[in-house]
Amino acid sequence: MNLLEFHAVTVRYPLQRTRSLKEWMIQHAKGQIVREEVTVLDNVSLTLGPGDSLGLIGPNGAGKSTLLRVAAGIITPTEGAALNRGMVAPIIELGTGFDGDLSGRENIFFNGALLGRSRRLMEEKIDEIIDFAGIGEFIESPLRTYSTGMVARLAFSVATAVEADLILLDEVLSVGDAAFQEKCEERIKSFYRRGSSVVLVSHNMDSIEELCRQSIWVQRGQIVTSGPTADVIAAYKESLHSVA
Amino acid sequence: MTLEQHAAGTAPPAIPRATPLRERWNRAGKRLHLRSEWRDLLEHRDLIRSLVHRDLTVRYKRSPLGVLWTLIHPLILMVIFTIIFSTIFRFEMRSFSIYFLSAFLAWNYFDQTVVQSMASLEWNGAMMKRIRVPQTVFAISTAIAGMINLGLSLIPLFIIMLVTGSNVPWTIVFLPVAAMIVGAFALGTAFALSALAVFFVDVREMYRAISPALMYLTPIIYPLEILPPQFLWMIKLNPLVYLVQLFRAPVYYQIIPTGLTILVASLCAAGALVIGWIVFRHLAPRFHSHL
Repeated sequence: MNLLEFHAVTVRYPLQRTRSLKEWMIQHAKGQIVREEVTVLDNVSLTLGPGDSLGLIGPNGAGKSTLLRVAAGIITPTEGAALNRGMVAPIIELGTGFDGDLSGRENIFFNGALLGRSRRLMEEKIDEIIDFAGIGEFIESPLRTYSTGMVARLAFSVATAVEADLILLDEVLSVGDAAFQEKCEERIKSFYRRGSSVVLVSHNMDSIEELCRQSIWVQRGQIVTSGPTADVIAAYKESLHSVA
Repeated sequence: MTLEQHAAGTAPPAIPRATPLRERWNRAGKRLHLRSEWRDLLEHRDLIRSLVHRDLTVRYKRSPLGVLWTLIHPLILMVIFTIIFSTIFRFEMRSFSIYFLSAFLAWNYFDQTVVQSMASLEWNGAMMKRIRVPQTVFAISTAIAGMINLGLSLIPLFIIMLVTGSNVPWTIVFLPVAAMIVGAFALGTAFALSALAVFFVDVREMYRAISPALMYLTPIIYPLEILPPQFLWMIKLNPLVYLVQLFRAPVYYQIIPTGLTILVASLCAAGALVIGWIVFRHLAPRFHSHL
């Protein structure tokens, strides 16, 4: 049974439109509504089974993050359909849903609640989360006193504290220090060894190579190449050199 | 294009699962589904709890008196309005302050729920682009927090009643029912307007302009009887007339509202909830490109 499926997913955004209801009604009455759109994802299909790990590579603005958001169910496709199964752990942007005025501990509960984890479950896991993040006695201090790396560690620990079936990571590993990166990689590997699947967006080819068996090269919203990571990275790097 | 399974022989055995995995389809043109939204909300009930808690504490965080403000605010209003309306404009009635406050609390709950849920959806927009949460969660927690505030502000109302010499009647047992009906009406309106406000920035301004007019079109600070009879039918088209009556009848008139009032108010609340939900479920899937 697949944990993630994309069936010809296309995402388009309206390019410009009026933000005023009054203007909109006037334009509507005059028949002047123009629908200019930009295509962010173009007819993307893929499937991901238990134990799969997929890397997404490509230049900025290629549609990698949009793809991840469709997978998480945050963005609804303009055409096509996506499906995910089981518990999803999205780490799309670090620091999301964290409140600077709340302490680390309070933030753990709030973030867990955002992810749909029950308070009881979070209470069971809290020591493990604090320990994994390596926050120590800072856990009672307000989050605004934390460094970026500490917030990143906390976010990763919360999102992965409960064993998820589908883990979606967007440029997350580049924030922490080397020791923490290694810990994260270990945890991610343990997930897919147990049959979860992982999608990772990164510009760091080393972590893609380390963590993902399969990769997709995305450009202008389309899949250019897909296959074993080494081949895809080689093709991508070659294209970069041929341009330069 | 389909990704082939990774190299043969390396696939680990899947962990055995007691329950089938939950499936979530994310289809083009989908609308929010009542049943799955409900299930999602149940799953996120601790999020609702945190948002309500935050709403109630953040509002008073920077003031040393804290939640006491909820109790002081109606007291101040009462003093002002009692001075204005019992000395400057004079209506012939006993305890004007209770006549006014009982209806004003219901109005204020409605107004605050609509205003705050528009703000809440906008403030939390950035978060909704990064974490998938049930999109109705913000309006719902605003309505719940407002209801708790409403309950708290009944305490000073009862104190005022005791101080001004009228007793607190048994009919106040109807107030929880009244609060539920007003809450449903407020939530429906909040659904529709907060969803529209995501798309159009001027919706908030428009509501801010209309809201005082709406308040004065509802008999809150004046008795219905002072209106010329030929305008009475017009005023009675306003659903809020019946909704504030749900609060005024048990507190001021010390009766359970008439069956007709309850019926009309409930129908208005149900209508608002249905229309609000329809608007919301159509607009919600497109929030992400506008927030």
